[in-house]
Amino acid sequence: MIIANSHTILSVQGLRASINGTEILKGIDLTVKSGEIHAIMGLNGSGKSTFAKVLAGHSAYEVTGGSIQFADKNLLELPPEERARAGLFLAFQYPIEIPGVANTQFLRLAYNTVQTQRGKEELDPLEFDDFVREKMKLLEMKPDFLDRSVNEGFSGGEKKRNEILQMALLEPKLSILDETDSGLDIDALKIVANGVNRITNKDNATILVTHYQRLLDYIVPDFVHVMQAGRIVMTGGKELALELETRGYDWITANKQPVAGVNA
Amino acid sequence: MSEAINTSYLECLLKSWQAKPAESRAWLNQLRAQAIDCVSTQKLPTKRDEEWRFTDISPLTTLPYRPSQPGSALKIEDIQHLFLNEAKNRLVFVDGHFSQSLSAIAEPAALIAGNLSALLSTQASILESHLGQHVPFDHNVFAALNTAFLQDGAVVIVPKNTAIAEPVHLLFIATQREVTSYPRCLLIGETGSHVTLIEDYATLQHAAYITNSVTEINLAGNAHAKHIRVQRESAKAFHLANCAVSLAHASNYQSISISLGSQISRYSLDVRLTDEAAECSIDGLALISDRQLADTHTCIDHAKPNGTSHQQHKCIADDASHAVFNGKIIVRPQAQRTNSSQSSRNLLLSKTAQVDTKPQLEIFADDVKCSHGATVGQLDQEEIFYLRSRGLSETAARNLLTYAFGAEIISRIPVSSLRQQLEQAVLDQTQSNPS
Repeated sequence: MIIANSHTILSVQGLRASINGTEILKGIDLTVKSGEIHAIMGLNGSGKSTFAKVLAGHSAYEVTGGSIQFADKNLLELPPEERARAGLFLAFQYPIEIPGVANTQFLRLAYNTVQTQRGKEELDPLEFDDFVREKMKLLEMKPDFLDRSVNEGFSGGEKKRNEILQMALLEPKLSILDETDSGLDIDALKIVANGVNRITNKDNATILVTHYQRLLDYIVPDFVHVMQAGRIVMTGGKELALELETRGYDWITANKQPVAGVNA
Repeated sequence: MSEAINTSYLECLLKSWQAKPAESRAWLNQLRAQAIDCVSTQKLPTKRDEEWRFTDISPLTTLPYRPSQPGSALKIEDIQHLFLNEAKNRLVFVDGHFSQSLSAIAEPAALIAGNLSALLSTQASILESHLGQHVPFDHNVFAALNTAFLQDGAVVIVPKNTAIAEPVHLLFIATQREVTSYPRCLLIGETGSHVTLIEDYATLQHAAYITNSVTEINLAGNAHAKHIRVQRESAKAFHLANCAVSLAHASNYQSISISLGSQISRYSLDVRLTDEAAECSIDGLALISDRQLADTHTCIDHAKPNGTSHQQHKCIADDASHAVFNGKIIVRPQAQRTNSSQSSRNLLLSKTAQVDTKPQLEIFADDVKCSHGATVGQLDQEEIFYLRSRGLSETAARNLLTYAFGAEIISRIPVSSLRQQLEQAVLDQTQSNPS
């Protein structure tokens, strides 16, 4: 939702980043305010997943220019864990499997670490169990999910649900969902979208990085940005996604005029 | 290693052997005599022997390591912390010698379990046909020594179509300094039987000593055994172990061996699938640090068709430790439709740690499915990033991933109290503090 006078959560200016000497991000500007949902769309290789990873602090990417302000912090000065503790969350496109660690153990460790850093109380295993089971209902997850090893042997849909469960537990100010819809069937997609919709509110913000418009039928964005060759080349409202769905991406290079006159 | 030291170590042991009393059983005396003959014609292996090229055992000849003495004064309280809640069946050996007072068998009617000498008269034919018959000692000086000194031993016989619900705990405790002990185990799973056996080497001391163990397992048709082996000897100990398993038709053997202690340990496991449709899974974890050396040699021998074997071996090596894995898989010409997989995964936690891993496949049948793979490396950067993005510090992320690497094997142990003990041991050893 777009709210008048809401405060800025994320301000990215002229962001440039490269990996192994190859520049991927070539000057990104983006402002995200509380309550807003932004979609970043683009073809493979346009840099959208890189942008998500750079925001989360992936060490493989070198930031060569620009700035990222996150609430009152200079994000580029913070290691990934401090970004997470400050309220930034990245739902991974390919969540990592950790055989040998029970999901509940991992979730509680992450939750308690973040809670402690925010000056709040930790939960003991019993308290946490009640808490996490409540959150799991949001995502229609079976209880045995807690006892299995983190993401090991999970289906694509289960992995993505587990990501959103972590988002629900860590209560971020800004969530970045990297291709969360990829590999999901329509039922799983609805469950994941429903979970996200119940977590978003007027005080937090969400960035959806996606290839397809399909997800945006269920999580309705306030802004749609199109990335191409490491830049945001067009910004519009939710109807831009529909237009991309019917017309593809080719026309954008030729005609860099936004269809809907909304500026982010 | 000089010849003189080599010879004197064995000579010293041979002298002490001559002083031992003869058994009442002729076949047993003969077995021991054969073994002692074998010892006198063999030498201690050196790094020039292919099978020992990564493992230098010369440090164990620096002390005489006489045979351990029987007659321990240990009380239940001294070793209670090593007991497992689930295991009501427990045979305790102190420095290789059986202790009746520390042992307990809860299912005497269903299970035949006890010390070798006590079962010699009632189980003579079974013992004679299996003891010393699975682990050959003509080219294995340590198995020969163990057999030469054979006196006490854990014998577990699971009768036909009997399922033993509670695990059997064989607990070997080291208490004497600078001695050699010779633990011996024999598990006989009769047709259709089920059992879980825990072979556990623990210590109450920190000094140097040698454990030289031999375990023989024979599973008859359709018998199932889970064999959990835990080596948690003192950090100065030498642990040299041989185990051989013989699998009959459609039998199922699952092995999980965890190696934590000893300055030098060597575990040699031979599994022979002697009849059709036998199955085995062989998992191992070595978790070592300082200057420890842990060597695991396995051989899975598919002799008949339709057999299955799955093996996963993991090593976590820190500091200047050295892990060795040699995993041979033989698929003989007759063993068509064998399904075999092997994975060796190794995690190096320091620049000075070393891993030598050698998968060895010898496949003589054409209709088989065999896969193998070996990796040696550090923790994965993507995995570390994932955990850091959830708020964990880099140290906490590394600790968790290292723990998980080992815990994956431990999580397969079907005895929860043992699992917890070992998870704690892995936790203690893998958690470095922020530097």
